[in-house]
Amino acid sequence: MSDPILDPTFDPAARDRGGPAQPLLSVTGLVKHFGGKRSWRGGEAKGAVRAVDGVDFAIAKGETLGVVGESGCGKSTTARLVMQIIKPDAGEIVFDGEAVGSRALDLEAYRREVQMVFQDSYASLNPRLTVEDTIAFGPRVHGVPRREATGRAHDLLAKVGLEPGRFAGRYPHELSGGQRQRINIARALALQPRLVILDEAVSALDKSVEAQVLNLLLDLKAELGLTYMFISHDLNVVRFMADRVMVMYLGKVAEVGPSDVILQQPSHPYTGALLASMPSTDPDNRTLEAPLFGDPPNPIDPPSGCRFHTRCRHTSAICANVPPPLAAVRPSHEVACLMAQPGSGHPLAAPLRENAA
Amino acid sequence: MSSPSSSPVPTGQPLVETKDLTVDFTGGARPVRAVAGVDLTLGAGELVALLGESGSGKSVTLRALMRLLPERRATTGGSIRVDGRDVAALGRKELARFRGGTVAMIFQEPGLAFDPVYRVGDQIAEAVMRHEGVSRRSGRARALELFERVRIPSAATRLDNYPHEMSGGMRQRAMIALALACRPKVLLADEPTTALDATVQIQILLLLRELQREFGLAVIFVTHDIGVATEVADRIAVMYAGRIVERGDCRDVIRAPAHPYTRGLLFSRADHAFTKGTRLRTIPGSPPDLTALPPGCAFAPRCAEAMPACSAGVPEEIAASETHVARCILLRPGVQSRTDATAAA
Repeated sequence: MSDPILDPTFDPAARDRGGPAQPLLSVTGLVKHFGGKRSWRGGEAKGAVRAVDGVDFAIAKGETLGVVGESGCGKSTTARLVMQIIKPDAGEIVFDGEAVGSRALDLEAYRREVQMVFQDSYASLNPRLTVEDTIAFGPRVHGVPRREATGRAHDLLAKVGLEPGRFAGRYPHELSGGQRQRINIARALALQPRLVILDEAVSALDKSVEAQVLNLLLDLKAELGLTYMFISHDLNVVRFMADRVMVMYLGKVAEVGPSDVILQQPSHPYTGALLASMPSTDPDNRTLEAPLFGDPPNPIDPPSGCRFHTRCRHTSAICANVPPPLAAVRPSHEVACLMAQPGSGHPLAAPLRENAA
Repeated sequence: MSSPSSSPVPTGQPLVETKDLTVDFTGGARPVRAVAGVDLTLGAGELVALLGESGSGKSVTLRALMRLLPERRATTGGSIRVDGRDVAALGRKELARFRGGTVAMIFQEPGLAFDPVYRVGDQIAEAVMRHEGVSRRSGRARALELFERVRIPSAATRLDNYPHEMSGGMRQRAMIALALACRPKVLLADEPTTALDATVQIQILLLLRELQREFGLAVIFVTHDIGVATEVADRIAVMYAGRIVERGDCRDVIRAPAHPYTRGLLFSRADHAFTKGTRLRTIPGSPPDLTALPPGCAFAPRCAEAMPACSAGVPEEIAASETHVARCILLRPGVQSRTDATAAA
């Protein structure tokens, strides 16, 4: 088998192992708690930040999964766990049919397949490396000769819309925010990954520049056959980029489904509140009442039962006791809300039909 | 609640009036003109949003109004009158009374604006004591009253919190309480909701709108987000490279933007722009380098409708509608836009 890193003509599609039906990435039971004190008798750690607390999802080949949620909901931690920057406490990550960390797919091989772009374009670049050295760094670590790695860096610069002759020798501080983020994208693509995780990658940019970078991301996806996990707090941007959307709240998945369904007729009350919180763009139709009161609760001691029940306007007694499972309300649309589940005992839930086929 | 669509026209003198305000930073290798002639007038009970991208001079304008810029490295020109007084002529004691007493400011990061080693309630009480010469007890009482007014839950116990014990949204509410502690007439808000979550941002925006109406405050609200400006503003002023390129009634500016820059910003943000499978309409290039501005209109190098006349001089303000002006030569009578010309041909 030829090594995709050493052979620049290698077709990424030829790396497909499981076929189109196999999700590119599937994650089950992902858990990450930070800190806390564990008793010598064992059991749950006390006072731990339950950043990610049992998350399952899958990303199909060639799609863009948008991940939305407020600060503390665990979206960035999920991204870092998928990227294996931090180790999960529990859970399994399967990439194209191979468990990550197994003999068939060790971490070095996995990191050629998955790359990440961060929010802070300046902090994520080494200030003492020139642009071409930054981009060539990854391939060189993975054994590409220097001359060839530099050549590939120049190709990538052109691909992200920066003229190699002008930009190759510059340092990060000589670039604008938008240019730096293009460098970060080029660096992520240098190892020819199949999955790119974009963690708030356009959030720090000025609006006029943000639109340019979003267009670039769409072009690169089409040209290189990439799959994106696109994390953002901006629902407009997610609507534009994503095929499917996953909404997270306090370390759990609240709702996941096709983006046009989720962002138009959400089933989870939290998704509805997020949508209603978006500032109006019509001066005659301003928001009159805030959809939610207060801040998201602290993930150190999340509410019992449904984690959203403390802020939900449809909350009922059962919500504080029963954690809602993530269940399908229609094909490919899953919701973790007792109201959406027939026979759950929530007053607004449909009764259970015994004779349902 | 009805929207504050028509604010009362200020009678007599405006509360805030800047004429040809300029700010030059001289500390670096090359002098930078961050604000290049801003005329801004604001009456009581009016909320104007300064809209612009990073480096457009919106925050510097705000700081100049309160004389918060470092005096040795920043030169302020033009005139600033707030509540009938010349801000540049204030002495040290007058300035201390003016800050907080007449004009107050809320910042993007409330976590950085509070002193981390004092209780939040004490910091508010101290401001009231210093400004109004009252006892500690009545300072605390006022702090409690304000905490309840900005709807901090269990206000009495929250007064004894240190800033780090509060969540972001609650800290911003406390910041607003601090700003209102000495009954200012003018409130300056510098991206007060940018660091907040979406569901919290809308709460703070609605709170500000409500307080502004209740206290009859004049508010200058700096933001980069058109949606946020649309939610709160009576009037909008769009800044680019240190100048106001378009200003007018909120509805007019949003519905019928007259400057190509405003149009570009709106087209890249409006709801319909984010349709899947289409490409976003973008403004090419990047925000301008303030040390090397082009002659004439600073937006011309990025403008699809630029023509040679754009470089001849900075365009004057031309009326686009009755309540709305813009600095673009396309509004001059007889000047035809290129896109119109091709459409006619």
